[in-house]
Amino acid sequence: MAMQVKFHNVAADYKLGPIRQSFVLQSVNLAISSGTFSAVIGPTGSGKSSLLKVLNGLLVPKQGQAHIGDQVIEKENDKHVYKEVRKRVGMVFQFPESQLFAETVLQDICFGPINFGVPFEEAKKLASDVIEQVGLEQDILTKSPFSLSGGQKRRVAIAGILAMNPDILVLDEPGAGLDPKGKAEIMSLILNWHRKKEMTTLLVTHDMEDVAHYADEVIVMENGSVVMHEEVRDFFSDDQRLEKWSLELPNARRFQLKVEQDTGVKLPNICLTKNELVEALIKVGLA
Amino acid sequence: MVQQLEVENLTFQHDQRLNSKTLSNVSFTVQKGEWLAIIGHNGSGKSTLAQLLVGLLVPENGQISADGLIMTEDTKWEIRRKIGLVFQNPENQFIGSTVQDDVAFGLENLNMSYNEMKIRVDEALEMVNMTRFRFHEPTNLSGGQMQRVAIAGALALKPSILLLDEAFVMLDPLSRKDLLETLENLKITEDLTIISITHDVNETAVSDRVLVMESGEVVNSGSPEEIFLAEQAIDPPFAEQLRRDLMAKGRSVPETYMTEREMLGWLCK
Repeated sequence: MAMQVKFHNVAADYKLGPIRQSFVLQSVNLAISSGTFSAVIGPTGSGKSSLLKVLNGLLVPKQGQAHIGDQVIEKENDKHVYKEVRKRVGMVFQFPESQLFAETVLQDICFGPINFGVPFEEAKKLASDVIEQVGLEQDILTKSPFSLSGGQKRRVAIAGILAMNPDILVLDEPGAGLDPKGKAEIMSLILNWHRKKEMTTLLVTHDMEDVAHYADEVIVMENGSVVMHEEVRDFFSDDQRLEKWSLELPNARRFQLKVEQDTGVKLPNICLTKNELVEALIKVGLA
Repeated sequence: MVQQLEVENLTFQHDQRLNSKTLSNVSFTVQKGEWLAIIGHNGSGKSTLAQLLVGLLVPENGQISADGLIMTEDTKWEIRRKIGLVFQNPENQFIGSTVQDDVAFGLENLNMSYNEMKIRVDEALEMVNMTRFRFHEPTNLSGGQMQRVAIAGALALKPSILLLDEAFVMLDPLSRKDLLETLENLKITEDLTIISITHDVNETAVSDRVLVMESGEVVNSGSPEEIFLAEQAIDPPFAEQLRRDLMAKGRSVPETYMTEREMLGWLCK
């Protein structure tokens, strides 16, 4: 089952008590359709991670409401709303491997499902299923998570979230610190899972290649607000606007613009990936 | 040329039960004012090497010397004063209750006078563009901002060697570019030696020399151009990737490494 996400005038900060500073999120309005893969981008400190935390009830809005499916998160909530929301929203934090804690990989992955009331035997089955989904061998389940390499730990941490079978998956830079191959593998496993389970997925990233390769929609944040929310190809087609927000282009598109400028030949389409660019260059006879 | 850092036959093993070494016979030198990039897959021993270089781990075999000083239990404190280290996950290294306290922490340990400390902290925060956050609590900053504070903490110490272990991963592309430029300037003006452990192509491309590690060994070293051409498994800069793809499609591209400028020139013909 997939789920819709709606933010209505959400403002939030990390301060407790009466002393207020400026909001980390301010009047965020956002509607994400069910089953889409959205990339959240923006400079450091623009509120990307905070946006994800609201989705999971970890950061409670001081103003406005966040609608997650039929649940509403707002200032004075009944506590059971959080439990319902967290059951449905799986969150992969920055450096998720730092949250591994159990004695074995199996126990670590089962922790989430068991907490939400799944019987142990069933949780074990889930664990052995997801461990394969993330590209690891069954025998790793009996090992200590702390004996694994960085890339393996990251996969185990993600497996722990997938085992909860979330309807909404939010990921905060899941590829940070991995080598390019490891990163590509993690991203493609997430994309496959997203498609198979028809999840609604939000990915915070700095990497425009990720945006170009995986996302359907782009959400741009700046100073705690959503300043743009568009389909990915439309988003990359307006160069002047991208420049205004000082956003980078994916390599292929950036190179395409240079080629067009230097040769005076316009390529037939907007190229977001290397393959598209290669095809286009051959098509117009430049290569 | 002055040898700033010499590493000879470094061998290290994390888990004595295993047969494979985490590092085996790693040797290299870094010259003063040189930018050395160390690349390799996860688990190839890069971070272990960084920890050995600052004496956080003790090698089984081999020797490290910085500015002619050999690393021992007695000299490691002096060597650490020469090397500024920034880790991948900045949350692991915060102590101060405000950004400026955190940057000043290393300086306080050196018994620096207040006035000098103030200048150093101001300069360092300015370099990473974090001055306006100086009174903020580090734990409330975003991932990228924390990383910049961690880099400022290292720069404030004015190390002769800056050792970056994936220190840029949480930065947005623009801040990354800014910081790379700042470092390139420091390298020229202060003769700073930089060792960066990285997966980032752009960070590798600005270095003077690249060291490739695989399963705990140095398997190749050379200029970025040489390395990108020789190591097919490593993602090269985009223009070179494009050249390889075009070649695979049977197009008559040149068979040597191409920079972006060269690629554009070739396409314009």
